[in-house]
Amino acid sequence: MTAKPEVQAQPPATVLSRPTARAVSTLWKVIAFAALCAISAAILFPALWMLSTSLKVDTQVYANPPVWIPNPLRWANFSEAWKLAPFARYALNTTLYAAAVVFGTVLSSSLAAYGFAKLRFPGRNVLFSVLLATMMIPGMVTLIPQYILFSKLHWVGGYLPLVVPSFFAGAFFTFLLRQFFMSIPEELSEAARVDGAGELWIWWRVIMPLSTPALATVAIFTFEGAWDSYVGPLLYLNDERLYTLQIGLQFFRTATVVQWQYLMAAALMVMLPVVILFFVFQRHFVEGSSISGGLKG
Amino acid sequence: MSAARRREAITGYLFILPWLIGFVVFVAGPMLFSLYASFTDYDVTSRMKWVGLDNYVRLFTSDDLFWTSLYNTGFYVLFAVPLGIVTGLLIAVLLNQRIPGQRVFRTIFFLPKVLTGVAVLLLWLWVFNPEFGPINTFLRFIGVQNPPLWFSDPTWAKPALIIMSMWGAAGGYIIYLAGLQGVPRHLYEAANLDGASPLRQFLSITVPMMSPTIFFKLITGISAAFQFWESALIVSEGGKGGPSYSTLFYGLYMWQKAFTDYQMGYASAMAWILLVIILIITALQFYVSRRWVYYEGEVR
Repeated sequence: MTAKPEVQAQPPATVLSRPTARAVSTLWKVIAFAALCAISAAILFPALWMLSTSLKVDTQVYANPPVWIPNPLRWANFSEAWKLAPFARYALNTTLYAAAVVFGTVLSSSLAAYGFAKLRFPGRNVLFSVLLATMMIPGMVTLIPQYILFSKLHWVGGYLPLVVPSFFAGAFFTFLLRQFFMSIPEELSEAARVDGAGELWIWWRVIMPLSTPALATVAIFTFEGAWDSYVGPLLYLNDERLYTLQIGLQFFRTATVVQWQYLMAAALMVMLPVVILFFVFQRHFVEGSSISGGLKG
Repeated sequence: MSAARRREAITGYLFILPWLIGFVVFVAGPMLFSLYASFTDYDVTSRMKWVGLDNYVRLFTSDDLFWTSLYNTGFYVLFAVPLGIVTGLLIAVLLNQRIPGQRVFRTIFFLPKVLTGVAVLLLWLWVFNPEFGPINTFLRFIGVQNPPLWFSDPTWAKPALIIMSMWGAAGGYIIYLAGLQGVPRHLYEAANLDGASPLRQFLSITVPMMSPTIFFKLITGISAAFQFWESALIVSEGGKGGPSYSTLFYGLYMWQKAFTDYQMGYASAMAWILLVIILIITALQFYVSRRWVYYEGEVR
């Protein structure tokens, strides 16, 4: 009973400062929250501005002060913008092109990744180092000779130069899948081997089904890359009927007098598939497990 | 080698064959060809004419636009890379606090990674529109008499592109967040007991522990920024490199030389100069990194 006041009289310094420490930490959290809100606003602002513009009548597009919530909401901008250029055809072209690239990339990089992760052969480590090294080579160094190669093959003007390379396992995705395959226990493959399974069977029936998160990551990134690619299609496609959406958008801008409400409506529609894909697989992306797992290696 | 081992080796080669062919046909072969082409005069249709070091000499001694494009690219690298790293790291640190609404914030901050392509570049053209764009409307509202003309002004075209790149870099927080979550909590607890301020903790614990991640982003970021040019192709009117060549980036100039002027040899020389620049800077980074990158478990 008498000891208690004594303890209070000589408390350790940290105990005394605990309430202030808590206040500092609360203050810090308030500042952090405010900062997060401010950055969110800066990030959302252009996107909301795009949405707002796409729903305006032309007089409101150039209004000063700017109108944030259009009145009336002009939904017809979307259907009219869609008809200003053959966007339906562009969309079909882009979809087929992206699908072919995703198929080629997933197939070839998972095969190569299986070889590097699960099979032993002389020179494996050297070849894998070469693969890693190629990730450092600027795409510009190979852009010109590849163009010359495809032009000698008379492939320029069509989709072959854009699709064929994806069937030959790019370095980054092979690396990413190889890291994932390495984490799959060898016992599973051994058990299948004892039962007389071949390596192709094991790759297809054991490894691939267990790797859906990694394969989905590769597929989504590849799809997004193909959907958004601009320079490749610009370089290789010269027939208007073969244009992709990205080329269509750019020409739509330069060919007509810029009507921003139509341009923003068209741009929104072009972005939509990627945005939908993102929201469907949101958890996967934002947690970032398969992405960072591959990068940390 | 036993029969089983030999069979495994053959199977292994077959599995990596797609990559191996791709490497030879689309990477190694083109690189060698490009090195050879850089010593020639070549326009795809006619035969290659050996000119020795001519292309390189011309680039360094009598091509002003080469130096302009190199300057523009250097300017972009110098500002966009550090600002991008700071943005990503800052967002990750903020998100790593126990704060309500984390999931919503993470989704919003990832948005720039999703919104890409020509569509977003057109959006930025509209946001930076000198007359009707919201940025200048806002600047006029707070009393700026003559706000910048952005993409139409040689002084402001590059800063506009750097602002765009920072917006895009926000989505890069994911990698830092993964790294942050690997930092042992007891380090912060010990620092808290010693009464270290959040800033002190950030500089003395977070940055050193995150240095391998920062280093990775620095290497890849610099390499990517040196190759930045596609946005300039779309944003600058007609893809010529903007007002007074202020957005004529190295890649854009190379693109023009190769695919507008069909000077393939000249453009190949440019490509190789770029490769050498990137290699030198990367090697320097690795050399300097020994002084500041801290790997856990490493004996010092």
